[in-house]
Amino acid sequence: MTEPLLSVERVSCRFGGLLAVNAASLTVAAGRITGLIGPNGAGKTTLFAIISGFQRPSDGIVRYRGETITGLPPYELARRGIARTFQIVQPFAGLSVRENILVGAHLRHPKRSNALAAADLVGREVGLADLLDRAADTLTVSGRKRLELARALATEPQLLLLDEVLAGLNPTEIHEIAPTIRRLCERGISILMIEHVMQAVMSLSQHVFVLAEGCIIAEGTPAEVAADRAVVEAYLGHGAAKKLGGAHGR
Amino acid sequence: MRGLLQIAVVVAVLAAVPLVVQSNTTLNFLVVTLLIALAGQGWNILGGYGGQYSFGHAAFFGTGAYVTAILQVRYGVNAWLAFGAGIVLGAAVGGVIGALTFRAGLRGSYFALVSLAFAEVLRIVASVAPITGAGVGTLVKLDLRVEALQFQSRAVFYWVILALVAVSLLVAQRLERTRFGTWLIAVRENEDAAKALGVNATQVKLGAMVISAAITAAAGCFYTQYFLFVDSGIAFGTRMSIEALLTPIIGGAGTVFGPLLGALVVQALGEGAKLVAGDAPGLSLIVYGCVLVLVIAFAPRGLIGLVETIYRRVARPTKREAAHD
Repeated sequence: MTEPLLSVERVSCRFGGLLAVNAASLTVAAGRITGLIGPNGAGKTTLFAIISGFQRPSDGIVRYRGETITGLPPYELARRGIARTFQIVQPFAGLSVRENILVGAHLRHPKRSNALAAADLVGREVGLADLLDRAADTLTVSGRKRLELARALATEPQLLLLDEVLAGLNPTEIHEIAPTIRRLCERGISILMIEHVMQAVMSLSQHVFVLAEGCIIAEGTPAEVAADRAVVEAYLGHGAAKKLGGAHGR
Repeated sequence: MRGLLQIAVVVAVLAAVPLVVQSNTTLNFLVVTLLIALAGQGWNILGGYGGQYSFGHAAFFGTGAYVTAILQVRYGVNAWLAFGAGIVLGAAVGGVIGALTFRAGLRGSYFALVSLAFAEVLRIVASVAPITGAGVGTLVKLDLRVEALQFQSRAVFYWVILALVAVSLLVAQRLERTRFGTWLIAVRENEDAAKALGVNATQVKLGAMVISAAITAAAGCFYTQYFLFVDSGIAFGTRMSIEALLTPIIGGAGTVFGPLLGALVVQALGEGAKLVAGDAPGLSLIVYGCVLVLVIAFAPRGLIGLVETIYRRVARPTKREAAHD
């Protein structure tokens, strides 16, 4: 296997007495959609914050294209081609949709006219073409999620970190946004998506890591992971795999 | 283009005022108003566009005022050069305070309090240090020559301060059209989201602080040339810090014309109060306080925001009718 685009190597993060992430390792292969799932409180968001530079790990290394990026500030990561979205959407509320995307577009396009053109293009790509002049705070939840995506895309990343972009959407909306994500991958952007909702990530990802209580407990294709005894127990509680019997047990 | 045109029209109209108005009292009032507008525009760059609410812009105003005075009086430096040095040193003070506060990650009210503390420290130092004339203050010699940046006619002073205001308007307008300004506004709206999009928030805030300090320092430099006297209370007192933040907030923080409009309204109300109630000390501050409460309660986006809201309410129905046709 060639060198992964991103590799997280035995990363731990401690908050006082709580070990939120415990020697977790994972890799993101170039050109693929990688999923990171896990039950509530598993440490997904903390691990995500470490990868995106918002949180310093207590221990371990994060590598991107072979270079150590542990502890680099988020803006530096964005410059190197790593973009993230936020689980709780963080629009620039006082600005229009176009101006929101423009902030990201300016990273690669110092000139305003070029940046505006790039912003419009990205807006269209994620399905916000008709809403570009709307105030960002008038968007629906689904619109805001698209805006999060658009802003991150406008920085022209090679690696896109998606923090629960599907959470809070209804099945129809998920059905609408999923092809957009798939298209981005086809365009050559590697994606690491964290999801709490298993079903959505299973249909999109090619490779999945499962985090529970701070540790990576399983990895593999979506089908392999879904059949894993430890994963079923992590989600449904101890003994669940046994009760479900042979159907899931291994 | 439209923004530049607006600035050109406003400045042209204001420039014509001394041709019509001969009264020295009125001109004096307008000079002081523009002085406050300039100091307020400085605050507006950092506070209005950048969302960093400084309570200590007197630090920059005072630096400009003292540097202009001291270089002339103690070192015999030409007034124009001293004026320029005042702006540069004011910006430098902004850079130092900005580096210390922003690198320490101070936000919101913590930043406000620390900026106030810096201005107060400077005030206390200026009130005892021999170089500033300590408690007596520094008096600049009357020398009504262009080389000394002093003018017989108040109208000329008025045009000088108007030119400075015009430059500050252009700076604010430019901010709305450039990457730096876009990033600064993004930091105001949501610092974490801005960082995730590649914005070095600390650097952007620091840049805004330096520009902001330079503009407010220019107001201080002008103050010295106009009144030919500066002491620690005038230069670094909280009164200037308050006026510098009050005018843009009342006029419309984060807008090009907010500080100018705010200064006109606030100064006019202050003068009006004097006419009604006599020259009671502190009266203008009471008026400012009341106006501030009213604006925050009923027009949180300032007078410019209020005008826009009204304009939209009037304009919208007509647009709909047009769509039906």
